[in-house]
Amino acid sequence: MVEWINTAVQGVLLGGLYALFAMGLSLAYGVMRLVNLAHGDFIVLAAYAALGVITLLGIHPFAAIPIVAVAAFVLGYGLQRSVLNRTLGRDILPPLLVTFGFSIVIQNVLLEAFSADNRSLKLGALETASVAIGPVTIGWFPLIIFCASLAITAALTALFSHTRLGRAFRAASDDRAAATLMGIDDRHVYGLAMGIALALVGIAGVFLGIRSGFTPSVGPEYLLYAFEAVVIGGLGSFWGTFFGGVILGIAQAIGFRFDPGWGIIAGHFVFLLVLIVKPSGLFPRTR
Amino acid sequence: MTALLSTHRLSSFYGDFQALFGVDFEVHEGETVAIIGSNGAGKSTLLRTIAGLLRVPRDAVQFKREAIGGAEPYAIAAKGIALVPEGRRLFTSLSVEENLLVGAHTRRTGAWNLDRVYDLFPRLKERRANAATALSGGEQQMTAIGRALMSNPALLMCDEMSLGLAPLVIIDIYRCLREVLKEGMAAIIVEQDINTAVAAASRVYCLQHGRVSLSGRAGELTRERIAAAYFGL
Repeated sequence: MVEWINTAVQGVLLGGLYALFAMGLSLAYGVMRLVNLAHGDFIVLAAYAALGVITLLGIHPFAAIPIVAVAAFVLGYGLQRSVLNRTLGRDILPPLLVTFGFSIVIQNVLLEAFSADNRSLKLGALETASVAIGPVTIGWFPLIIFCASLAITAALTALFSHTRLGRAFRAASDDRAAATLMGIDDRHVYGLAMGIALALVGIAGVFLGIRSGFTPSVGPEYLLYAFEAVVIGGLGSFWGTFFGGVILGIAQAIGFRFDPGWGIIAGHFVFLLVLIVKPSGLFPRTR
Repeated sequence: MTALLSTHRLSSFYGDFQALFGVDFEVHEGETVAIIGSNGAGKSTLLRTIAGLLRVPRDAVQFKREAIGGAEPYAIAAKGIALVPEGRRLFTSLSVEENLLVGAHTRRTGAWNLDRVYDLFPRLKERRANAATALSGGEQQMTAIGRALMSNPALLMCDEMSLGLAPLVIIDIYRCLREVLKEGMAAIIVEQDINTAVAAASRVYCLQHGRVSLSGRAGELTRERIAAAYFGL
């Protein structure tokens, strides 16, 4: 019994990381209806960027987080304003094609630059340190990721509900032309949205790099988890995405407990179940 | 006296389709001008062009002595032109209050703020937390007007506010508008209903097939002249 509770707890903590993966995807889709097929590859790119920064500057991986996040924000803003803004319109295909192109470019550039060797970011003792709370063992690092994910979800929700920029995001998402009539620079606002989305991806990438190994080609796997978390949680709310990630994490952890080969597919199974039973997701916000 | 807003030989296109043919039009400070005309005459096109939603040469539209033709809509809004769009176009995922707050995005200063809008439209204050979609037609129109006022514009443009509203509600809306305009804001009112438009304005333009077919002071235009210009007889 205790083992199952432990498994569930590990699943929740893993879900925190998946929620972080999914948050950027949820934001970009929510504001701009833009599905970024390169989302997972950007996470991996961030991990490699962190590797570069840590190697060059000799800093602690956590210190690389703000550097990578800021660089990712700038990249996201730049890509949105130079390329992605032009793909937005009534047709859903152009953004998919362009971001698919990004995916291929990123994977191959990373392959050329870093080879296919498995890499990871080293945290030292903290990677495996844990604390026992009653019968449950909680790793410090997974707990840190979970708390960061929670804080980021709360911050995003507050940004969207209570700030001028958040209202601008939502207005531009509802009716782009009417938003411009209000004085909202739609291209700039979309740039900011993508910048924030990629900054979140940057943070997620550093955490991923510490937690698991990474190679240039693992991006699509994380796109899939992010996508599943968003769909399970339902569109339109960041807390929905957060809980979607947690549910996915729990599903994978329980599946893994039954048999290590069943971990990932248990997550897919739950995702399909939600799609069949409640396609709008578990906590959707109606538009 | 130079006009607050003027258009010069303004021609507007939707792709290859020409909707306006060399329209010369002006509004002076503090003035209310009405634009009337039948469906497809180009009334909304004129407002949308002024607001920046359609590309035209720079000098085709002048506002406060500045050429604003083809400028981005958000830049034009920042300069002090606010549009109450045809069909309201409220933001559906925002509440009434949030719609009003978005109207203040330009951060222009002036007499209008949230409290004053609620004083003008008490019904909106009752419904401030409701989704904008959960309002009656009249309340939605009030929200759209309030949203435009929140940007403290120098020129308020109202596009077919009476569409879909009951006659009593229309009277109420225009009474509120009269109160607002007493404070000196210039306004352009587009209406299909000739009586409402002529009663609200000091000068009237009539558009027909994208051209100005008649213009003059509201009091001086006879019913016959208006009807002839409206229908192109």
